[in-house]
Amino acid sequence: MAGFPPAFLSSTSNSFVELARSSAPEALPHPSVRDLAEQSPEGTTIICFRTASGILMAGDRRATIGNLIASHSMEKVKAADDYSVIGIAGTAGVALDLIRLFQLELEHYEKIEGARLSLNGKANRLAAMLRGNLGLAMQGLTVVPLFAGVDESRPQGQIFSFDVTGGKYEEHRFHSIGSGSGFARGALKKLWRADLDHEQAIAVAVEALFDASDDDSATGGPDFVRQIAPTIFTVDLENGVTEVESATVLDTATEVVARRTATAR
Amino acid sequence: MSQAPFYVSPEQLMKDRADFARKGIARGRSVVVMRFDAGILLLAENPSPTLHKIAEIYDRIGFAAVGKYNEFETLRQAGVRYADLRGYSYDRTDVTARGLTNAYAQTLAGVFTTESKPFEVELVVAELGLSPETDQLYRLSYDGSVIDETEHVAIGGQADAITASLAGVRSSQMTLREVFNHGVTALGAATQTILATDALEAAVLDRTTPKQRTFRRLDDAAMSALRED
Repeated sequence: MAGFPPAFLSSTSNSFVELARSSAPEALPHPSVRDLAEQSPEGTTIICFRTASGILMAGDRRATIGNLIASHSMEKVKAADDYSVIGIAGTAGVALDLIRLFQLELEHYEKIEGARLSLNGKANRLAAMLRGNLGLAMQGLTVVPLFAGVDESRPQGQIFSFDVTGGKYEEHRFHSIGSGSGFARGALKKLWRADLDHEQAIAVAVEALFDASDDDSATGGPDFVRQIAPTIFTVDLENGVTEVESATVLDTATEVVARRTATAR
Repeated sequence: MSQAPFYVSPEQLMKDRADFARKGIARGRSVVVMRFDAGILLLAENPSPTLHKIAEIYDRIGFAAVGKYNEFETLRQAGVRYADLRGYSYDRTDVTARGLTNAYAQTLAGVFTTESKPFEVELVVAELGLSPETDQLYRLSYDGSVIDETEHVAIGGQADAITASLAGVRSSQMTLREVFNHGVTALGAATQTILATDALEAAVLDRTTPKQRTFRRLDDAAMSALRED
C-alpha cells in the first residue's frame, strides 16, 4: 500500500527520536571514526542564571579546532521551544545536531499530544537523549548541554546542567559550562544577585563572558570589527523566549570595555 | 456440501462502502476552512475543548477533519510524523501540503479498497503560502479522492448547505473578522441554530506572525472579540 509507512499509522509513541530511530535511522547523527575528535570544531563558554523575572542564558560565538579559530559567528545558545532555551558546549557538529533534534523532539511531542511537556519532562527527555549518545562521548566527541526555562508550575524558572552520561542536576542560582566556564563562574559569584532586572542581567552576562574570553583562548569576546555580539536569550512566563538584539549587547559591551579601560583591568 | 460463495459485483461493493462511509460522516458536525486576507481560518462546530478537529501539522500546514475521532486522530498523527521526519531529513521548507495530501490520498484509497471497512472521515489540508496567491486548500474524501479549492471549503454532514450559503463569498479579499462571521453564520444556518462561542473551535494560519510556526488557536475570548452577532 502506498501512502504513509505502516509505522506512521500504528505508532503510539510521541517521541520523534524513537520514530526516527525505527523509520529512518540514517537520518540520525552517528559518526563513528575514533580520531574525529582532533578535527572537530569545539564550542566553549555558556552561562545561565536566574533574574528577577526568569532566566537569562548567554554564550560566546567562537568555535575552535585545536589552535585555530574555526568560526567567529557560531550560535551555541538557541530557543528549544517557546518557553525554554538550550546552550551546548562540546563538539560543534554533534552539538548542533543535538539541539536540532531536541527542538524537534519538543515540537513533535507538543503536536502529537496537543500539550507541552513540563519543564522537568523536557529536561528528563534531554537527559535520555544524552544517554543515547554515550557511544559518541566514549569516542571523545562529548557534548554537554545547559538547559533552562519556565513553566506554569515554576514561573521563576529552573536551570539544569548535565554530564555526558545523561546525569541531570538542577542549579539554583547560576551555572556555566565549557572551557571558559571557570572564569565566567568566578565573575558570576561576584556580580550575580537574585533581583537583577533586564538591563542589569545583560550587563552581568557580558561581564562574565568577557572574563571568560580574557583568560580562555577558546572563548570569543565581543567582536567590534565584525559587529558580532555574544548570543543572549531571556525567558519569562509573560514573554516566553526572547533574544536580546545584538546592537543592545554590543552597546553594553562598549560600556563594559570603557569601564575596564578606565581602571586598566 | 459446501455452500456456493456469494458473488458481489465490484460496483456494488464500492457503492456499499461509500454509502457506509458517507452515513458515518453525515452524523458528525461540520468544519469550514476559509482563506482571509492575512491567512487561513479553520473553524469547526465542536463542543469539546480538548478533542480537537483542527490541528497543526507543520509550520504553514493546518489540518481539519470530521468523522470518526479515532480514525482522523490516527491520520493526524501520521501527518505530523510524515512532516517532522521530512523536515528533519531535508529542510523545513521542503514540507509541502501537496506531498502530505498525496500521502493521505494514497492511505485513504488503500484502506477504502482493501480493508474490511473504509475510514469514515473527510479531511482538509491547508497550506499558508508566502503570498496570498500561493495558499492551498485540499479536500480529501473517505475514498482518497482529492479536490483543491480556491476560497473556502466545507466538510462534514452539512458541507453542501454550508458551501451553498457561502457561494459567491470571496473570502480571500476579506479581513479575519468578516470571514469569521461569515463562517459562524454559515455553520449556524446549516443546522438552523445559533452557535454559542464555546461550541466553536477555531484556529488560524497567520501570515503576519514573525514566528516560524504560523498555526495559532483562537480561545473563547478571542472568538467572542471577533463575533458580531
